Amino acid sequence: MTRLINLRPSRRGRIVAGAIPILLLCLAYALAAALRHADNPADKVLPTLGAMGAAIWHMAAQVDPVTGQITLLADTLASLSRLGAGLALATVSALVIGLLLGVMPLARAILGPMITVIAVIPPIAVLPILFIALGLGETAKIALIAIGIAPYMTRDLASYVAGLPAEQFIKAETLGANSWVVAIRVALPQMMPRLIETLRLSMGPAWVFLIAAEAIASDVGLGYRIFLVRRYLAMDIILPYVAWISLLAIAADALLQMLSRRAFPWAGGGAR
Amino acid sequence: MSETGKPPLLEMRNVWVEYGDKVVLERVDLTIAEGAFVSVVGPSGAGKSTFLRLILGQEAPSRGQILLNGEPMRAECGPDRGVVFQRYSVFPHLTVIGNVLFGLECAAAPIMGRLFGARRRAALAEAEAMLEAVGLTHARDQYPAQLSGGMQQRLALAQALVKHPRVLLLDEPFGALDPGIRADMHELVSRLWREHGLTVIMVTHDITEAFKLGTRVLAFDKRRHDPHAPHRYGATATYDVPLLRKVSAEPHAKSA
Repeated sequence: MTRLINLRPSRRGRIVAGAIPILLLCLAYALAAALRHADNPADKVLPTLGAMGAAIWHMAAQVDPVTGQITLLADTLASLSRLGAGLALATVSALVIGLLLGVMPLARAILGPMITVIAVIPPIAVLPILFIALGLGETAKIALIAIGIAPYMTRDLASYVAGLPAEQFIKAETLGANSWVVAIRVALPQMMPRLIETLRLSMGPAWVFLIAAEAIASDVGLGYRIFLVRRYLAMDIILPYVAWISLLAIAADALLQMLSRRAFPWAGGGAR
Repeated sequence: MSETGKPPLLEMRNVWVEYGDKVVLERVDLTIAEGAFVSVVGPSGAGKSTFLRLILGQEAPSRGQILLNGEPMRAECGPDRGVVFQRYSVFPHLTVIGNVLFGLECAAAPIMGRLFGARRRAALAEAEAMLEAVGLTHARDQYPAQLSGGMQQRLALAQALVKHPRVLLLDEPFGALDPGIRADMHELVSRLWREHGLTVIMVTHDITEAFKLGTRVLAFDKRRHDPHAPHRYGATATYDVPLLRKVSAEPHAKSA
């Protein structure tokens, strides 16, 4: 008999198999919502799909009379620009410092311990400091995202570069490369696929920090909206917003993965 | 000093390598003449690779002196000593031609690390000639991951030789290859050695290979052995076999 570990679904089989639990979850929700509404038609905890549709239509397709904007669009743009700025800041600093630490043992000796210390500080714990130092505006939120993920990314990149085969660095030196050329022509290109990989892994924490910062001090944004309508028990808005955030996260991940595959065709197989 | 009065290309004077109280190499005294093909054999742990790292400049001797061309050598890798390792010798992110071009770009463009315009075209022509010499012209734009093991080692040779090193160091370069491919590579290395008038130092596990290719075979082993503290005695060149047939044939072959 075929062992369980050797059963491999086909491509179509995988899609069907993956869809079943998700569909079951949706079905269970719809059933539970219907049951609760049968008991109490005014139930707010588990809104029906219809109620959520109506709420999201209101948020996504109609201009809010107070702000003069489409709420979902304004929230999304505000959140994405904060997230983008935070990620960009973290990526650039992790790239530069990670490369430096990975290539130069001297730099690793000087900066390594400090980065380790910074990395163990829970970022949310420094949020009050950021609000005090940088004010309640955009800067503090962007800084929280950057501080939250940059140390992890830096350490990951530094250890990746330091782990590249020593033979390659020796070889580059015998070919006449100076330290700078070794860094930009040997180490930098090879760390780029890893940069995208570590950025993908940091997207989850980045969203957490974004929503935390928005929940505490903001007047627009996806996280702000969820925490605002929570006061009215507006599950019909919260649930679609959560789904929307998940969708954005999945799209960003897919985009990065595609970029990595397109841009680094050499990274497929291991070289000798 | 050799008979011609010229200093030998490489000279080791009472060289020791010690890590703490562990002695890896002791009392290594030897000279290597220009144009020699020296095979280095010996059991694992006999300091063959350490010997190679010393010449490469990757490591400094803890005692003694290494002279390159009569001058004390600095313990840092430089373009006068090329190397091919068993693995990881080529850059996976560069194409075949990019790998060969790298050495030329390093010398000519220390800040950008890249060449442009006429200088790039000249370097490209030189790199392409080198690819032709190792028979990789057809793979010009492929990445190393797409090449077979033998082709990757051909590329590593081309990459090192384009810099015209005084000494070419080979660290078990064919250890990971199939026997058939290995024979092809032997032919290639012998030909490149003759045509470029190279001095080659090759570490190998394969005694047949050592005698087939070399003009001189160095065997590294421990002279003394303390069963209670095996690490206290280091290895040295216990046998030094010149292969006279080839040495006498060498000047003729070199001029051909």
